[in-house]
Amino acid sequence: MKQRTVLDGAEIHRALTRIAHEVLEANKGPEGLVLLGIPTRGVPLAARLAEAVARIEPATDAGALAGALDITMHRDDLRSGRLRSAAPTHIPGGTIDARTVVLVDDVLFSGRSVRAALDAVSAIGRPHAVRLAVLVDRGHRRLPIRADHVGKNIPSALDERVGVRVQEIDGEDSVTITAAGGDGR
Amino acid sequence: MKHLLSTSELTRAEAIDLLDTAEQMSLVSTREVKKLPVLRGLTVVNLFFEDSTRTRISFEAAAKRLSADVITFSAKGSSVSKGESLQDTAQTLSAMGADGVVIRHSGSGAPHRLAHSGWIDAPVVNAGDGTHEHPTQALLDAFTLRRVHAGLPASAPADGAVGRGLDGAVVGIVGDILHSRVARSNVHLLTTLGARVVLVAPPTLLPIGVESWPCDVVYDLDAAIRDHPFDALMMLRVQQERMHEAFFPTAREYARRWGLSDARARALPGDCAIMHPGPMNRGFEIGAEAADSPRAVVLDQVANGVSVRMAVLYRLLTGQSTAASGREGQS
Repeated sequence: MKQRTVLDGAEIHRALTRIAHEVLEANKGPEGLVLLGIPTRGVPLAARLAEAVARIEPATDAGALAGALDITMHRDDLRSGRLRSAAPTHIPGGTIDARTVVLVDDVLFSGRSVRAALDAVSAIGRPHAVRLAVLVDRGHRRLPIRADHVGKNIPSALDERVGVRVQEIDGEDSVTITAAGGDGR
Repeated sequence: MKHLLSTSELTRAEAIDLLDTAEQMSLVSTREVKKLPVLRGLTVVNLFFEDSTRTRISFEAAAKRLSADVITFSAKGSSVSKGESLQDTAQTLSAMGADGVVIRHSGSGAPHRLAHSGWIDAPVVNAGDGTHEHPTQALLDAFTLRRVHAGLPASAPADGAVGRGLDGAVVGIVGDILHSRVARSNVHLLTTLGARVVLVAPPTLLPIGVESWPCDVVYDLDAAIRDHPFDALMMLRVQQERMHEAFFPTAREYARRWGLSDARARALPGDCAIMHPGPMNRGFEIGAEAADSPRAVVLDQVANGVSVRMAVLYRLLTGQSTAASGREGQS
């Protein structure tokens, strides 16, 4: 088993800070922004991204910016995959209508979760725009989806595993790649 | 979990998972699109061999909110009145490609027979069988109780109760325990979730073997209210349609001794929720003051019923287990 670390805690912090700048630049300020994390690890990442935005724009409240969007009910593998439990959906401010939604996830891979997230978003309301921010883009898309903001592009082989660990859930911050046959998480 | 036939076969983890899923399902009713695409393309058949309004409508609403196609079959006006057996009805449905079956039957054990006979391979949900069990009613009662016990509104969407059991709650179930599938399902589920259950009933309306159930039994409602700090009191309907003997002298005597009169409702702890599986016989097992008081969560129970049944259908009709076996035997 060969495992190497691609991003450490400080690099993740820097990547999120840069994404926060990009989000603010694309949105021309924090007005109407809502950052929705995709469970499990997208949720703490969205909260940290909101904190990074609040550091840049001190007038904004990080807590009122970040939320969570459960995509379980919109997945396309519900009938073939394992049993899945839904996670809570939390929309800060109660509505996404006419706001700019930034979906936050840890790894962008096939693009299927993002498709499910887009369906989940449209079931909740009609946002002004939807953007996608991911910590890691590992390639191998199976759907015509791309990220607007990427922490790091990591070219990977299909049989490698990209593991994202975050302090809030796993007790440490790291992004690792494990070669085929290894155990990434 | 392939079928939901009885609450006694649910583990604590499974029960809490169902209730948590129901919490997420309850949020759907607040959304712009009040539907989830989860069961798109699947057919759920509601087999109702016994009269029911709220359970049938609740299951229909639940399946429709999950985008399933729903076929509702009631025994009246069907081939059952021509003498068709359960087996033939089930095999007909199987041939038509039912992906899930919800069954209510006056015979105790009919859902179990349907699930294990090999007539049909779809998951089976027991929606009440005779005097045996009514698991989804118990789940919605537990769901409502969990909200109330956590100090949350009984039916408005809230996340606060997720992951919790009912540890420390004291629940009284009053009335016709003998004929009540609701009581039986509730005793198992509520104790699995950590609550203490006290049954209050005239001795004639208690089933044989009740002393082996995991609960206390009291014959006197006033004594029970005095001795137990109830978090909720569940009044059962007196099921006169199942009573072919004299279980109590007169209806008035029953109402006087085991009905939740206005005076008894006032003697309850201030935060005690009043529950009833419906339909209520006002003035019989429950007085008007209790039925209309803000502590009565009867309508919340109905509202939560849809969320709980959505969770049950979601659990049974998704996941690998169904995909692998769902189409077998349907030649």
